[in-house]
Amino acid sequence: MSGLIFNIQRFAIHDGPGIRTTIFMKGCPLSCWWCHNPEGICPSVELMWTRYKCIHCQSCVDICPNRALSFDEDRLMLDRTRCTFCGKCAQICPTTALKVVGKWVEEEDIFREIEKDMMYFDQSDGGVTFSGGEPLLQTDFLLQVLPKIKSHQIHVAIDTSGYTTKEDLEKILPYVDLFLYDLKMVDRAKHKENTGVENDIIKENLRSLISKKKHVIIRIPVIPGVNDSKSDTDEFIVFLKSLNDDIEVNLLPYHDVSEKYEALWKKTRNAITKDLDEAVLRIKNKLQMNGLKVKIGG
Amino acid sequence: METRIYEEIEQRRSSVKPINDRIKRLREESIKSKERISVERAKLITDFYKYKAPKNVSYPVLRALAFKYVMENCTLPVEEGQLIVGIRGTGPKEVPTYPEICVHTLEDLQTLATRKNMPFQVDDETRSTYEKEVIPFWQGQAMRDLIFENMSQDWKDAYEAGIWTEFMEQRAPGHTSGGGKIFKTGVLDIKQKIREQMQKLSVSDPEYFEKCEELKAMNIAADAILIYANRYSQKLRDLADNETDDERKKELIEMAKICEKVPAHAPETFWEALQHYWFIHVGITYETNPWDSFTPGRLDQHIYKFFCTDMASGRLTREKAKELLQAFWLKFNNQPSVPKVKITAEESFTYNDFSKINIGGLKTDGSNAVNDLSYLILEVLDEMRTLQPNTAVLLSDKNPDEFLVKALQVLSPGFGEPPLFNYDRIILRMLRQGKTLEDARESGVSGCVETGALGKEAYILTGYLNLPKILEITLNCGFDPRTGKRIGIETKEPANFEELCDSFVKQLKHFLDIKMRGNDVIETLYAKYLPVPFLSLWIEDCVENAKDYNAGGTRYNTQYIQLVGFGTVSDCLASIKWNVFDKQMFSYPDLMKALKSNFEGYEYMRQVFLNKTPKFGNDDDYADSIAKKLVDQIVLMVESYPVTPVRKASRRCYFLPTTVHVYFGSVTGATPDGRKAGMPVSEGISPVQGADRKGIAAVFRSVCKCDWDKTGGALLNQKLTPDLVKKKDNLEKLGKLIRTYFRMGGHHVQFNVVSSELLREAQKRPTDFEDLMVRVAGYSDYFVSLPKGLQDEIVARTEQGEF
Repeated sequence: MSGLIFNIQRFAIHDGPGIRTTIFMKGCPLSCWWCHNPEGICPSVELMWTRYKCIHCQSCVDICPNRALSFDEDRLMLDRTRCTFCGKCAQICPTTALKVVGKWVEEEDIFREIEKDMMYFDQSDGGVTFSGGEPLLQTDFLLQVLPKIKSHQIHVAIDTSGYTTKEDLEKILPYVDLFLYDLKMVDRAKHKENTGVENDIIKENLRSLISKKKHVIIRIPVIPGVNDSKSDTDEFIVFLKSLNDDIEVNLLPYHDVSEKYEALWKKTRNAITKDLDEAVLRIKNKLQMNGLKVKIGG
Repeated sequence: METRIYEEIEQRRSSVKPINDRIKRLREESIKSKERISVERAKLITDFYKYKAPKNVSYPVLRALAFKYVMENCTLPVEEGQLIVGIRGTGPKEVPTYPEICVHTLEDLQTLATRKNMPFQVDDETRSTYEKEVIPFWQGQAMRDLIFENMSQDWKDAYEAGIWTEFMEQRAPGHTSGGGKIFKTGVLDIKQKIREQMQKLSVSDPEYFEKCEELKAMNIAADAILIYANRYSQKLRDLADNETDDERKKELIEMAKICEKVPAHAPETFWEALQHYWFIHVGITYETNPWDSFTPGRLDQHIYKFFCTDMASGRLTREKAKELLQAFWLKFNNQPSVPKVKITAEESFTYNDFSKINIGGLKTDGSNAVNDLSYLILEVLDEMRTLQPNTAVLLSDKNPDEFLVKALQVLSPGFGEPPLFNYDRIILRMLRQGKTLEDARESGVSGCVETGALGKEAYILTGYLNLPKILEITLNCGFDPRTGKRIGIETKEPANFEELCDSFVKQLKHFLDIKMRGNDVIETLYAKYLPVPFLSLWIEDCVENAKDYNAGGTRYNTQYIQLVGFGTVSDCLASIKWNVFDKQMFSYPDLMKALKSNFEGYEYMRQVFLNKTPKFGNDDDYADSIAKKLVDQIVLMVESYPVTPVRKASRRCYFLPTTVHVYFGSVTGATPDGRKAGMPVSEGISPVQGADRKGIAAVFRSVCKCDWDKTGGALLNQKLTPDLVKKKDNLEKLGKLIRTYFRMGGHHVQFNVVSSELLREAQKRPTDFEDLMVRVAGYSDYFVSLPKGLQDEIVARTEQGEF
């Protein structure tokens, strides 16, 4: 069977120990407005247009068999009702301004990429990270790929929102060495409001992983105005301490990626970042004072 | 200015921290002194040849006497507070000229004095001495004139078209480095050896006369350096007599004693060892203007013995050793590169004279060579941050990770030093070239990335070869489109990719034939007319062979050609194969029209070339396999030439550019990789600037598909964002990445840790960034003093934000 991915980033150093190859799986059940990889949310192939790379040669407009593309002054417009995502426009685009995001791949394709970097893994105790999107949305595909990777003694990390069924999590467990587990906020209603889903299952899955002694690193994206208040921090502490006394936490400061949203013809909000550095430090100190192991960045 | 840039520049500035006030003062003096032409040597040499030179002596003896005359009569400056003496000219940053090799015209002097980048101050006395004495005597008589007179028309055509440069037209051969011998041998020991060799000579030897003359010359050259040291000793005593400060007085007396001992006798203390070497360094760089000046080679090995003995006896502390090393460091910085003009200036546009101090590696017995001194030298580099000397970290699998991480820490503030070399593969190269295992383990690096058996080999570089230009000539069937002149052989328009490759190889062979013939003539001229008896004292086995360094006296002799634009030419070939022959996106005639018009009206095509075409440096086998084949073919072709006529040197390849990739780009039209006419070509073996988009480890993978073991050295530049190396665990990861790169067969890598924002800001306000040092090729330089084209090229290099 095939899996839908939108990027393979080789030589990542922020997604687990050592030097890593990160595979970004496309599709996510959550829809956080601050998502750094908005092209990973939709579980199907999409088009992306990067304005600064475009030389306005009109090749894409001319070649489109469905007349789905047009220029509104210097901005390329996409008519989703007409587009069939055939990719001809991206193929003819000379600058890669227009790109198809999302590619169906087989397990061999994944392994061929990973194989190239095995020397780097050996030397650095690195490995492979599945990120996204939400990798567990494609559990069946993972179950085809992971056993082969593990058979080569490669370290595997999964970067997950935790929003998945207990059964799916259970199935991949034997093949995963590290979970990079996203925790957006503790409050249920607020979680629903900001991500589109409730967090009961996320918390439950996390408890289950910890009770099974799996290696877990909690990743908290620090989003100004969303989860950086004093009460948010207090809630994190109470929740995290209830899990395990010495759990590791990574704080990931918010980045403005509104250009990516624009490229996908999507709208998003922008957070105010002027006090972000300070907030991140404040949260870090507070968490540390409570005995948690905290690092800024992945 | 953005805070990020401010932080970056602060981090750089705060990393300069000389050990004490004395060194700080000397460093300030060295940095602030302007590069100046000293007419003294030119005058002495002219006087010597005009009035003093005996008639009917052999060339070696004549050269030795000329050297002796300089050493007897040159000024003896002592920098205030310095601990080591000997310097060319009358003070810091003065550069003598060498009219017997290249005689500067008045216009040249004017150019040097007024050019915007890398000027040399020229005073009236220099100008008038040149006008009245130097030029009238040397015009038409210098080596440079002799070389051009003896070059064929096709050589000159190719030279003028920018197919190659000629290293020896303004500077003498050199390209060698000191080995262990220097630190174990006094001049008197060598004189003794000369006497012995003289007695061994037999009249039945057909070279009896030449050998006899060479040995005589060596003996005179040995005396010359003794005279120089004695004069210094006397001078230091005079200074001591007039010194009011008691501390300094004691120091001056101590220095005078040292100068009485070395270089006559082998050094026995740390201080003596440094002074001993420095006298020899000054001697060699006074005798001629050899390429890459001279270098102590593997300093942490050569002087470790003295360091240990002195530390044990209490004569030396770690601080004192560091102070001496820092004083030693400034001696190098006070001797800028000799003034070059025209194409030689273009190919090596810098004040840096490429003296390279090696640390790390293996000992002769094959064990780990990293010692306390290796770390101490890294600290000196870290605290000094001067333009010169350059360094090289020789990294073997047997060296500890701690050493690598320490080197990366020194590298992280962004001055571009030290570069890292794969020592195990250097040894492999040396063995491939036929050196003994022991000599291979004493090898190292000089210049940029040039490997050699240090102290035992003359590995002479002969010039850069412009590969993209040769492809341009190929595409134009033998014609240079810039001039319309036919300088290549006639080849036909290719019907497929194989035919294109065939034609390219034929053109390459055609030009190499001409260049190699030229090299042979130049080698013969230097061997006959410009022997270097003083340098010959120090490189094994010139004395034993009674043969000059320039005539093949050394244990190993090699001759190199340096290939430039490797990434560009690989990408061009990949682009034609992909777009014209495989995908048939564009026709060959359309491609030629687009190139001719510099892509005017062909922007779509250019963008496809830039963005939708396989490129070297992205771990893409399509492009990388072309690159690999290119290396194999070029090396095979170069090595197929028979040994050189006089030195019996084997022919070898380096892949390095210094600054010539900018000049070569300026004479090369638009290329099929999407590069516009006149823009720089790629440097070293680095991917084309900005074409590597898959991260640094993809670059490493691509590079390692090629077989660099059969080259003498291959230079890879990478630019890192400062954020990447801020944290220690990131440095450790970078270390792992480098280990993997070396395991895969990488030869060398160096890093520019600098943001493009900072470089652009510096271009806008150069006066605020005069101290901003960046990596250029195998050396670092002050960014704002580089020519604009080179600045832009460095900005354009891909900035790796992730590994």
